[in-house]
Amino acid sequence: METLVCKNITKSYEKGKKALDRLSFSVPAKGILAVIGRNGAGKTTLMRILATELMPSSGTATMNGIDVVKDAVKMREMIAVLPQESRAVNWMTPLQTILSYLMYRGMDYSEAREKAHEALAGIGMTKLEKTLNSKLSGGQKRKVLVASILASDAPIIFVDEPTTGLDPISRSELWDMLKRLKKTHFVFLTTHYLEEAEKLADTICIIDEGKLKGIGTLGEIRKLVKYQYSIKILEKGKKVKINEGEEVTGEDGFAQIMTTEKEADRLSSRFIKEKVRFSINPMSLEDIFYYVVKKPINAEEEAKDYGTWF
Amino acid sequence: MGRGSNQLIASILVNAIYAMQGYPTWIVNNLLSPISIIILVTFISKGALIGEAIAGALITLFVGTGIMLQADLAHLKNDFKYQDMIVSSPTSAMTYMVGMALSNVIFIIPSLVVILVLAVIYIHASILAFVEVFMVLLLLYLFSVVLGFFLSTFTSDVMQSWSFTGILSLLMTTIAPVYYPITYIPLPYRYAFYLSPTTYAAEIIQNMLGYLPLSTMALALDWIVIIGLSIALFVVAIKKNKWREY
Repeated sequence: METLVCKNITKSYEKGKKALDRLSFSVPAKGILAVIGRNGAGKTTLMRILATELMPSSGTATMNGIDVVKDAVKMREMIAVLPQESRAVNWMTPLQTILSYLMYRGMDYSEAREKAHEALAGIGMTKLEKTLNSKLSGGQKRKVLVASILASDAPIIFVDEPTTGLDPISRSELWDMLKRLKKTHFVFLTTHYLEEAEKLADTICIIDEGKLKGIGTLGEIRKLVKYQYSIKILEKGKKVKINEGEEVTGEDGFAQIMTTEKEADRLSSRFIKEKVRFSINPMSLEDIFYYVVKKPINAEEEAKDYGTWF
Repeated sequence: MGRGSNQLIASILVNAIYAMQGYPTWIVNNLLSPISIIILVTFISKGALIGEAIAGALITLFVGTGIMLQADLAHLKNDFKYQDMIVSSPTSAMTYMVGMALSNVIFIIPSLVVILVLAVIYIHASILAFVEVFMVLLLLYLFSVVLGFFLSTFTSDVMQSWSFTGILSLLMTTIAPVYYPITYIPLPYRYAFYLSPTTYAAEIIQNMLGYLPLSTMALALDWIVIIGLSIALFVVAIKKNKWREY
């Protein structure tokens, strides 16, 4: 079976700061693996190591049996990468962008041109193939880059926060592309949009401060948490006595209770009776992330100094 | 064609052909810079230095495009993250760098044609002398490319790269005596201009074209400096090469 295996991957920078700290896991190399974490958690560092762009300080990783540290040349035949904050080069057109990338991968001009045409047709951008990238929208530019790596025929795709900064429609279009892609490729996706991971991923990996906090299917990740339900009380400052579970106060000032099915049933009955406004949902990935990492996904490092959440 | 050739052509397409197609004003910009100084030197010298000025324009073209490479590399790497996509592809560092270096030669071809036409009209030298001049220009180009690679390892922002390009171009092709013989500079100041490698290259070229008499010793020294600097920078650039980062 094709797998991605990381053994004690560590990456240290100057002053001893560890971006990754003895990261070890093994997952099937199929579908989408979404690596989630806050800014600076180590997602991009992990991706760049696996994509042979960055050497780890120690540890090894193999993908489908190929050692990404020692056998980078072989690995590069198998992978295509969409880096974080990558942009389609302004002075090229979408056709030229895809064509030149495919030639870098070794294809000859005519084959690359044919594939580029097909790729643009696949994303519905044939009419824009000769428009300068500088004149395209942010979403269109990103689609051109995704189409480039799709056209490469590489079986393993790395995409680093591909939807950051995109409008909801462009984001949805890109999600559709990734959904199609995962049927035939292994996609390594990093994101800090938990909704994205929840919608797309077959396997989810939670990283915080360079350490692995959990990995598995969404079902398996749910088991990291002993609670199944999340109740939000839509009245600020409302105090609730709970028998089982944990209560937190979100940035919006509303109290949120993570609890068991039985306690959720009891509390919701009580709130209905007392006419307390509330919402109840199964634990989302965001709730689970908070429970595991003890910080919300969008919390900045600086927030620790001021204690904005608690 | 082989895989390596396709990868080299990809660099030429990205950094020369498509760049010229997308932004043709760059072609004009490439040409105007050396032409403007040819005009200036020719009028001020009342036509006496037109040959030297055209030879200087050739030096400017080759050195300018070589130095510009560091800004191109930094722009593609930092602003578009393009190099990261290529690092993780089957293209090797050497193929990418050679392709990029070739692309900048292709980029100056339109300007080169115009200046060569002027050279054929105004410089009366043997074909052998022209061949020798091109050997020097090629060496000078390699030097400036290596200098570009070397500098690109220090820069992380395109604005900084452009400032390096501007400073080096001015120092090496405008302030240095490449458009006129160094003998026009008064002796106490002349030594300062030998800090620029283009001064040595200009001396060799002006000597070959019959504009500057030089002793065999002086000529040999010029060659030693140019070749020595190129090799030294090449070694440093290779050592500091950051294809796969550590």
